[in-house]
Amino acid sequence: MKAFLILEDGTVFAGTHIGADKEIISEIVFNTSMAGYLEVLTDPSYAGQAVCMTYPLIGNYGICRDDCESLKPWPDGLIVRELSRVSSNFRNDISIQQFLEENGVPGIAGIDTRALTKILREKGTMNGMITTDENFDFEQIKPRLQAYTTGKVVEKVTCGERYTIKGVTDLAQNGPLSGAARFNKEAYAKGQREPKPSLVRELNGAGLQIALLDFGAKANIAHSLASRGCDVTVYPALTPASEIIAAAPDGIMLSNGPGDPKECDSIIAEIRKLYETEIPIFAICLGHQLMALATGADTYKLKYGHRGGNHPVKDLSTGRVYISSQNHGYVVDTDKLDPKIAVPAFVNVNDGTNEGLSYTGKNIFTVQFHPEACPGPQDSGYLFDRFIEMIRKGGK
Amino acid sequence: MPKNPNVKRVMVIGSGPIVIGQAAEFDYAGTQACRSLKEEGVEVILVNSNPATIMTDRDIADKVYIEPLTVKVLEQIIEKEKPDSILPTLGGQAGLNLGMELEESGFLASHGVKLLGTTAATIRNAEGRQEFKDLMERIGEPCAASMVVENVQDGIDFTNTIGYPVVLRPAYTLGGSGGGIAHNQVELEEILENGLRLSRVGQVLVERCIAGWKEIEYEVMRDSAGNCITVCNMENIDPVGVHTGDSIVVAPSQTLSDKEYQMLRTSALNIISELQITGGCNVQFALHPTSFEYCVIEVNPRVSRSSALASKATGYPIAKVAAKIALGYTLDEIKNAITQKTYASFEPTLDYCVVKIPRLPFDKFLTAKRTLTTQMKATGEVMSICDNFEGALMKAIRSLEQHVDCLQSYDFSALSEEDLRERLHVVDDQRIWVIAEAIRKGISYEDIHEITQIDIWFIDKIAILVEMEQALQEQSLTVELLREAKRIEFPDQVIARLTGKAEADIKKMRYDNGIEAVYKMVDTCAAEFAASTPYYYSVFNAESISSPSEHIDVNEAAGGDGSRKKVLVLGSGPIRIGQGIEFDYCSVHATWAFSKEGYETIIINNNPETVSTDFDIADKLYFEPLTPEDVESIVNIEHPDGAVVQFGGQTAIKLTESLMKMGVPILGTKAEDVDAAEDRELFDRILEETKIPRAAGGTVYTAEEAKEVANRLGYPVLVRPSYVLGGQGMQIAISDAEIEEFMAIINRIAQDHPILVDKYLMGKEIEVDAVCDGTDVLIPGIMEHIERTGVHSGDSISVYPAPTIGKLIKDKIAEYTRRLAKALHVKGLINIQFIAQGEDVYVIEVNPRSSRTVPYISKVTGIPIVDLATQVILGRTIRELGYEPGLQPEAQYYAIKMPVFSFEKIRGAEISLGPEMKSTGECLGIAKDFHEALYKAFLGAGVNLPKHKQIIMTVKDADKGEAIEIGRRFERLGYTIYATRSTAAALNEAGVKARKVNKISQESPTVMDLILGHKIDLVIDTPTQGRDKSRDGFLIRRNAIETGVYCITAMDTARALVTSLENASNQLSLVDIAGL
Repeated sequence: MKAFLILEDGTVFAGTHIGADKEIISEIVFNTSMAGYLEVLTDPSYAGQAVCMTYPLIGNYGICRDDCESLKPWPDGLIVRELSRVSSNFRNDISIQQFLEENGVPGIAGIDTRALTKILREKGTMNGMITTDENFDFEQIKPRLQAYTTGKVVEKVTCGERYTIKGVTDLAQNGPLSGAARFNKEAYAKGQREPKPSLVRELNGAGLQIALLDFGAKANIAHSLASRGCDVTVYPALTPASEIIAAAPDGIMLSNGPGDPKECDSIIAEIRKLYETEIPIFAICLGHQLMALATGADTYKLKYGHRGGNHPVKDLSTGRVYISSQNHGYVVDTDKLDPKIAVPAFVNVNDGTNEGLSYTGKNIFTVQFHPEACPGPQDSGYLFDRFIEMIRKGGK
Repeated sequence: MPKNPNVKRVMVIGSGPIVIGQAAEFDYAGTQACRSLKEEGVEVILVNSNPATIMTDRDIADKVYIEPLTVKVLEQIIEKEKPDSILPTLGGQAGLNLGMELEESGFLASHGVKLLGTTAATIRNAEGRQEFKDLMERIGEPCAASMVVENVQDGIDFTNTIGYPVVLRPAYTLGGSGGGIAHNQVELEEILENGLRLSRVGQVLVERCIAGWKEIEYEVMRDSAGNCITVCNMENIDPVGVHTGDSIVVAPSQTLSDKEYQMLRTSALNIISELQITGGCNVQFALHPTSFEYCVIEVNPRVSRSSALASKATGYPIAKVAAKIALGYTLDEIKNAITQKTYASFEPTLDYCVVKIPRLPFDKFLTAKRTLTTQMKATGEVMSICDNFEGALMKAIRSLEQHVDCLQSYDFSALSEEDLRERLHVVDDQRIWVIAEAIRKGISYEDIHEITQIDIWFIDKIAILVEMEQALQEQSLTVELLREAKRIEFPDQVIARLTGKAEADIKKMRYDNGIEAVYKMVDTCAAEFAASTPYYYSVFNAESISSPSEHIDVNEAAGGDGSRKKVLVLGSGPIRIGQGIEFDYCSVHATWAFSKEGYETIIINNNPETVSTDFDIADKLYFEPLTPEDVESIVNIEHPDGAVVQFGGQTAIKLTESLMKMGVPILGTKAEDVDAAEDRELFDRILEETKIPRAAGGTVYTAEEAKEVANRLGYPVLVRPSYVLGGQGMQIAISDAEIEEFMAIINRIAQDHPILVDKYLMGKEIEVDAVCDGTDVLIPGIMEHIERTGVHSGDSISVYPAPTIGKLIKDKIAEYTRRLAKALHVKGLINIQFIAQGEDVYVIEVNPRSSRTVPYISKVTGIPIVDLATQVILGRTIRELGYEPGLQPEAQYYAIKMPVFSFEKIRGAEISLGPEMKSTGECLGIAKDFHEALYKAFLGAGVNLPKHKQIIMTVKDADKGEAIEIGRRFERLGYTIYATRSTAAALNEAGVKARKVNKISQESPTVMDLILGHKIDLVIDTPTQGRDKSRDGFLIRRNAIETGVYCITAMDTARALVTSLENASNQLSLVDIAGL
């Protein structure tokens, strides 16, 4: 079936329909990761957006449900050059086509994704429609495209109720260290899933209670903490600060999430209260932006955002550069930063935008990128250890 | 960290002659690195014995030594030039080993020379087998578990800890005999017992078997501050078991999920961090296809063939960045030269798919085994880029120039299903064609995968291509079908063949429906940032969009403002025997010369190893196959003012006619004149007009006609196809039977042109390269071959200036050259081969184009031949350029070009020299004294004698006389001579002491025992006239080569060697080419 991608500026791409049979309007963004389409699809930060993968061959290894970063795919639509007709991987459960259909996500394939990327790069992120209606009338669609916003999307993606993930008590539970992966043919034949290799070599978080505020958290944030031994309690986004403070956690983790941080006014107010406490806080992505807004800084929207797995970020405390996993459309404005409150801790080597803050006189540090990876480089996973160390040193 | 101010004079070690496994990629890396160093104001002292390289040009380095790459020579150069540092990681394994030897002997320390980049300790850790294994164990990175056992029980116990299957390798047996793979204890006991018995030391290595696992490579960079990145990863379509250089490789990996991808990426970074690499590094992994288990196969702490491929696949200039890191810069200080916005500390991301296919030399070695193993056999490779895998594969296939353009090109349709299943087990260069046939025969993906272990994803892609073949054959050709066929890069000629239509009709249908190639940019960042580097590949877009300009990355502004004239420089494709790096040298120099003359330059080429495909050589680079259709698509958008074909070898010459049809003027010698040189009748007419003699001969198509001509001329005769390079298919025939055999071989591929049969003339072979402006001819020099006619010019030792011919002959040659160049209306380069017999000079062959001797003659005469040729092409005259026409005064130096072979890499290849070229590379010996030059040339080719002072001679009867003279001279040098019966008799009779050894079939000790005993320096074995079919001679030569014994098959070569040994000297005079 034919499908069309219609952009706000009037550009129309014709391609083939994939996924669920549905028409959508969404914000069109692109991601430059070459692998990890499933992690992208299940990253709640994409709620309210349709993602174009710049790598042209998508779906090659199918869907390995183990690798989902949340319970379902969140983007409104998927835009690819080509969808593989076979799914080749030893852990493959279903094909990407089945996955999209199952979860009601439509998409378009066979379009020139590079041309689309160039348009978004030059004109900035814009809204678009994916439809199979050959008789569409752009003039009619245009106002609908212009009217679209992601809105208060955090509330849609956060968990309904608080829940707890117990920390690992024995390193073996994490699965083998990546270098020590071994294959158990018999177990696999019986349908037992091979535990994924782990990078964690020490349960340095054992005994710590971490409160994780879920603004659309990727599963690997909680997993990164739990695999280091921390017990992680996950709270819905709108949980009052008082409830978290009352639970007296050793540390608070603010998660990633979708949308414009400034839409989260009530959450920002609660975060301000968390800031006032002495509880160590580590925040990622949206969490990082919300903490900045809660402490008087400002954020602005990037022209077309950072989405991919190849961005270099410099740790200003060591001068070291790490390749990071990124997914954000907004960024903290360092020009309006009060150094008495926070100073830049990480910077993007490509465009000099802020990638992290260190809060003056506080046990708080926040990053714009994704140390939990999934998809993307695992280089900055050490930040979870830094968080744990910070708790151990400066905590109760 | 900024640049280290103490680094001012750096010595760079090149990789020497091109051999299998060490090819043009090191010229590319070395050239890029030298330019990068010079950019930083560092003085570069370059040492490389290979004269065909760009890195040995005087504009690339400040001091250039084309000297043998031995420790002694390097020590001498260090003493003379006093560099403060040395960079050993750019010259392949050869350069690295030399650097390490200099370091370990303490020479560097005592001369205050620092090793730049990765330290010696790091190199030892990465290269030493045990050190590496220990280090990997320490950081928890797995290597394939292995243990040396001396009894069966230990073997069983160890295997129980690592699991079956295991590979068993007995120590010290020839060619790995007695080894094997054991899948269970019964097999283990059987093989182990046998192996322990066969092993001279009673030891067998038991190793976890990783054959069939996925082979994945990561190219990584690390700086002195510890920042690391991966440039890209690559997946071998052929699983572990085939050398990565012989595998079809795709970038990025296609079948790894993010979990596997990141697991191996993190591992690669851990490894280089632990090793403390500073610069580029390659890490190879074996990944279990159905688990997360992996093994580290190997780490190369230097730039490599894979890093060249990764550079071209991503646009990330690894060698350039490695050089900057060596100077002290960190990755975040080095600008990404492609985007000019981002920094080197970012990872390239691809929005396309890259396929590399090796170029294997089995068309040159008919007797060789085509099987692919862990020993690399490819001489070169092609790379292609497309936005889908099928298209990239199709493009790569037709880039090979091996008479293949689709998956039907090798025909296995006659095989039954059963035979096909059997054939699938064979791992050779035709495997993907066999898989295609298996799919046609309905063999399931699972079965194909089970046998080949090739991932289902790749098998499905081959199936998609097969399905398209079938659709084109069976369905009517709709626009949609055509569009889809073009999307996956079916060439028009293949579509025409399958649909039964004319190629012109397919093209018309495409143009009528707007199905045309559009060009995308390789920008390192998947369009995330605007880039201006003009490095392009083509795709056929599936559907139109409302703003079509967005499809296209090429724009006029990228190359200039349109005021400059545009010239198309056609490259020479993959490196193969007969068409090597020399033609890349010529293409690059022509490009630079055009650029200097104000032209906008456009290069089309598909070889990822070369300098010409570096992104900053031409104004625009199109990484595309060199077929008429692919070139026409580029012509359609670029509308060049002209194309130059005379620098790109036969690959470019072959495109002449097509280019003319496209309306592109050929710059330089006209196509009809090129034809006149190749077409027998036209050429005979020219020779008649110019009164130049040649060997009598005729043109034929069939064996019958050939025999007729041969008998008329009298044997021996030379048989060869026309329009070929490197004498492919050329043979000397001495009988009707041989004519029949050779004609059958030649005619296996349909010949568009007649086959030539000439009287074989024996004499001195002379070669000339010249530049002609249409009126005047400039001859930089005359080269003389040491071997008599009958040995291909590319395999002969070539001496400039010609040492043994007199003024009369030289004048005659200069005169003939002038007449031929004028008669052929040559504008640009011409290469002519002559035979001098007494006072007569005959012409053998005329090539109105660049040749493999151009780089070396340019360097030793100091005459920039390609540059002059380019200016002449543009209308300047030789006199205007400041040169007096005619034969130039001879240089003060003797320069001797020595061929270098890679026979040991190709099992079963016949090594004896003949009219068909077999060498893969060359080195140069240069000195004021002829003998010293000769000695240097042999030394540069790796002939480092004496070792044991023992040689074996076994020569045919006709050579016995010369054998006596040569034997006597070896005897005088203190060599012990062993000889087979009749040779020994002849030698002893003449008073040369020779010990008789038995033939292989006779009782021990035989000649073979001597060779295998590793006590022999040299074998001189001249095969009986014509093609030697005697098992003995072939076996002697093969075994000599495989045990590392130098083997000579022509008496002239033997004489040259003994002459050089008589004049051997420890202290060589060094020549700085840049100062000539």
